[in-house]
Amino acid sequence: MIELKGVRKSFGSQVVLNGVNLEIPTGQITAIIGPSGEGKSVLLKHMIGLLRPDRGQVFVDGEDISLLGRGALNRVREKFGMLFQNAALFDSLTVFENVAFPLQEKTKLSDDEIARRVRDALLHVGLAGVDAKYPDQLSGGMKKRVGLARALLMDPRIILFDEPTTGLDPVICRAIHQMIKETHARFGYTAVVVSHEIPEIFDIADRVAVLYRGSIIEAGTPQEIQSSGDPMVRQFISGSLEGPIHLI
Amino acid sequence: MIYLVERLGAWTLASLEEMGRMLNFILYAIYTCVRSPGHPRHILKQISFIGARSSFVVILTAGFTGMVLALQGYYTLTKFGSEGMLGVAVSLSLIRELGPVLSALMVTGRAGSAISAEIGIMRITEQIDALETMALEPFKYLVCPKLIASVLALPLLCAMFDVVGIWGGYLVGVKLLGVNPGAYFGEMEKGVAWKDVYSGMIKSVSFGVIIAWICCYKGYYAGHGAEGVSRATTTAVVTSSVLILVWDYFITSVLL
Repeated sequence: MIELKGVRKSFGSQVVLNGVNLEIPTGQITAIIGPSGEGKSVLLKHMIGLLRPDRGQVFVDGEDISLLGRGALNRVREKFGMLFQNAALFDSLTVFENVAFPLQEKTKLSDDEIARRVRDALLHVGLAGVDAKYPDQLSGGMKKRVGLARALLMDPRIILFDEPTTGLDPVICRAIHQMIKETHARFGYTAVVVSHEIPEIFDIADRVAVLYRGSIIEAGTPQEIQSSGDPMVRQFISGSLEGPIHLI
Repeated sequence: MIYLVERLGAWTLASLEEMGRMLNFILYAIYTCVRSPGHPRHILKQISFIGARSSFVVILTAGFTGMVLALQGYYTLTKFGSEGMLGVAVSLSLIRELGPVLSALMVTGRAGSAISAEIGIMRITEQIDALETMALEPFKYLVCPKLIASVLALPLLCAMFDVVGIWGGYLVGVKLLGVNPGAYFGEMEKGVAWKDVYSGMIKSVSFGVIIAWICCYKGYYAGHGAEGVSRATTTAVVTSSVLILVWDYFITSVLL
């Protein structure tokens, strides 16, 4: 389980996270939603130790990772996979090399075994015949799927998805959500999905947390969030211009 | 007045913080190089990029530097009737000073900017974060191969610079201005000591560290977007070049 307790983070004078308390239950899909620029990606990066809180604690399976050194943090990161907003594929490597990279660097598997696993991983995400292409030759949706294949390959127990469907058309967006649901059902990992896709995200999430002004203002099942009486939550879900969320 | 003092204090603190971060960066890079230097394939790739692909510009610069040294040296030495000393004047200038410094400046301009841009783009596109989330050490893949390659390639490029420069000087001094070829090489053999050669090589090695250090550091901590990478690249080249010249003065005063 991942647990954040009183996490605060500022960049210069800008307070991004202002005492976030959140529990991510094991084996479930938890979605974090909220207006743009509210620090959802920053929150996600705290869970894997890419950022450290100014104050507060981040527990992964009971261990406070905000205090760990590089070596110990890397041991915790072995449990994670992450799909970045722009997939973060290595642009000088082919699709095959991108997906094979963690296996080549962290295991002693034979080349044949690595090739077999990479092809299987690419098939799981519906990609075949793109092994030799470079990331800049792929569409946005294909990049995300390659990123997902790379994240799945090391069989992680937790996968973090940073806006996996941003910038994609509705059909690809639904396909990516379906893929998350299917791979989650098959591999049983804990998933944290940062998303703006309302209401689609409610179809795949077991739990939803709403981040606003640096705090989690509401968390619960998708049904509870959809029937929330909080005016901010209601405005965000309905996409209305009228309400407490101001654009400027 | 208070505002000025505040600004000065803020600038001093920011500078100290930056210097501390730079020092940490190079110490951790050296530690990583010793502990796990990376795959030899990555190091060879960087030697090819930093060393082999800088050869042409180094040879070109060396040839013309040797030629102009011969021209200027001949002009000065004829005033004292010592044209025979042209070989030693050209070779000592090249081996002790110009070879290491100019080859390092050429590598900074050609490869240093590319190193900084490459790492900077990896930073802003979250490729470095991706390495970290895979529990892999970014320094092992991004910094160590470049640091090792730079330290190995710079002395070789410097040696190449020295040899080509001496032949450039020969071309102008002997073939064009009529200096005796026996005197050109004979005086050189008598005047150049082993210490001159290895002091040039020591300089080259230290310049190799400076180039990899500054250029990797600036890219690693590049700011946001294309402008951040552009600024990182420019400051990497300027800072490396200035640091090479400043460090050259101090190391020369020690090695003399």
